[in-house]
Amino acid sequence: MGTRAVCLGLRALAGGCRGFTSKADPQGSRRVTAELIEHLERLALVDFGSQEAVARLERAIAFADRLRAVDTDRVEPKESVLEDRCLYLRSDNVVEGNCAEELQNSHRGVKEYFVAPAGNISWPKLDEKEPFSHR
Amino acid sequence: MATPILRWCCPGRRWVFAGIGSVSRHGRGVPTGSTSSGKRGQSSVAQQPLITAQKPRKGEREWAAVVGLEIHAQIASNSKLFSGSQVDFAAPPNSLVSFFDASLPGTLPVLNRRCVEAAVMTGLALDCHINRRSLFDRKHYFYADLPAGYQITQQRLPIAVNGSLVYSVCVGKRQSQMVTKTAGVKQIQLEQDSGKSLHDSLRSQTLVDLNRAGVGLLEVVLEPDMSCGEEAAAAIRELQLILQALGTSQANMAEGQLRVDANISVHNPGEPLGVRTEVKNLNSARFLAKAIDYEIQRQINELENGGKILNETRSFDYKLGFMPEPNLPPLLLYDSGSLPTGTDPQQVINIDQLREQLPELPRVTREKLVQQYGMLPEHSFALLNEVGLLEFFQNVIKETRAEPKKVTSWVLNTFLGFLKQQNLAVSESPVTPSALAELLDLLDRKAISSSAAKQVFQELWRSKGKTPAQIVAEKKLELMQDAEVLEQLCRSTLEAHPQVVTDVKKGNPRAINKLIGLVRRATLGRADPTVIKEVLERQLSS
Repeated sequence: MGTRAVCLGLRALAGGCRGFTSKADPQGSRRVTAELIEHLERLALVDFGSQEAVARLERAIAFADRLRAVDTDRVEPKESVLEDRCLYLRSDNVVEGNCAEELQNSHRGVKEYFVAPAGNISWPKLDEKEPFSHR
Repeated sequence: MATPILRWCCPGRRWVFAGIGSVSRHGRGVPTGSTSSGKRGQSSVAQQPLITAQKPRKGEREWAAVVGLEIHAQIASNSKLFSGSQVDFAAPPNSLVSFFDASLPGTLPVLNRRCVEAAVMTGLALDCHINRRSLFDRKHYFYADLPAGYQITQQRLPIAVNGSLVYSVCVGKRQSQMVTKTAGVKQIQLEQDSGKSLHDSLRSQTLVDLNRAGVGLLEVVLEPDMSCGEEAAAAIRELQLILQALGTSQANMAEGQLRVDANISVHNPGEPLGVRTEVKNLNSARFLAKAIDYEIQRQINELENGGKILNETRSFDYKLGFMPEPNLPPLLLYDSGSLPTGTDPQQVINIDQLREQLPELPRVTREKLVQQYGMLPEHSFALLNEVGLLEFFQNVIKETRAEPKKVTSWVLNTFLGFLKQQNLAVSESPVTPSALAELLDLLDRKAISSSAAKQVFQELWRSKGKTPAQIVAEKKLELMQDAEVLEQLCRSTLEAHPQVVTDVKKGNPRAINKLIGLVRRATLGRADPTVIKEVLERQLSS
């Protein structure tokens, strides 16, 4: 789910929505800058880790870009494939809420709380990471 | 609505550079849990500012501040926004969590009809355009109390847009005049609340309670139309009253049912708007105005010292974290002219029907009070500002023959004064509306004087169960009804104090008060001072 969000957003960015620079390749594959990689890594908590991974990302974008071959002039974009479905409205009644009982039997708990690591999920600082050169 | 109209400061308030010697406050700063503490601005007064192209001007300058607000109000509903777990803030941790709330795989969101109605009603009350079609999105970020890793919200196409919130601020030297202001409502959207995390630094872990995860929130975004903390606080107060009148949220800030984030920037009038900073999670009405004013002053000081305002919190501006919620079709709303035929009415929300059922809004209630009872607008505000006070007032009016102005004065001054002194709510008052009504009747009939009435009120407050009439009898506070006796007492007093009489005739204005005092004592406080004065003056002049 995280990667999907990243890819959708990335295409929007590569399309020049906000201030990231990207060199447009006439063949349709875009260059991805070092700042963008760093930003994505922080937001989505992924680690590109190597040049090969960045290259794979660029190929993924290029693959998705093939959608542009379709002529969408004067066609309204869909928001989702469920657009013509009816959104079901539930009555405001209490019918559930006990899942924690069943889950907590198997995990160490502290006074009925779920336990998570301290603080927010941290990302190693730039100088702590193993450097690899971006193109 | 969003065009940056250059505003001068709040009525009577001028923002000035606070002096060269003032210390720029780093780190400790705003006591409201602001996330940007510790990394404020880059300059400090201790350093000499570098020589820049523009020499910073010192001394008094006009500054204007621009404040926008994002308000999160918890919807008053039985169950959560997308699941059937109960909404209750006093339950044991993790006792109100469904599989969906815990984000277990295979679960899907199911929209709560009551939450949609609450959003539409709030939109209507704030004069918004209700979008007949609105969409849900996912906003991704990582935090221990957000099990799904995303929050379902309505960023792109929310349920209501383009409204306005009308509120009033007190102006003038004695804060007695009310001025009406308007803040634009940019949008109202439905979204999920997150759970709660407690940080246990001792054991280096975070404790998570998901009871609140998934509770429905109304996010109300106000345009940056406010210019200081006081205006922001007044706008919030009015929104609170509206939400409470609608029943869409209890909007109690202390219990976290209403949370406010403020976006603040300063600029010199005539120049473009400055960089915004965000002050987050304001959850006390008192702190709100102070925190905003503090931040405004901090920014002014920073800029006056040649520094820059840094904006650290806008990681969502890049909009990389958003995607459409794939599990929810668009939300469609209808009006009387567009109702679909042959559908289950439970599945259809009719905006016109909701509009007809809207309860009376505070603004209308206040206008009615002013018109019906001739009270000042400030009084109508005061009556609505305290829970239960309006009802108390109306019950007294129903049962008494006294003039509304008298009732207003007694309720807002005497009654409210006693309540505040002992920190009581209206519901805890030892004096009932009937008792006060009876007391005011006695006063109206001139059975007792106004000072006696105050005494009776005090006694009513202290001893439950006694009626005003009983107290009057016990303490012998009835006004003397026999005019002849009063005449007699006045004459004898005049005869007994010839020196004072001479003083009065000489033109000493205070001498008559002495005589009045003497007569009052002689009557054991059972005569109205104004009547005494009349009689004395008549007798003296004859």
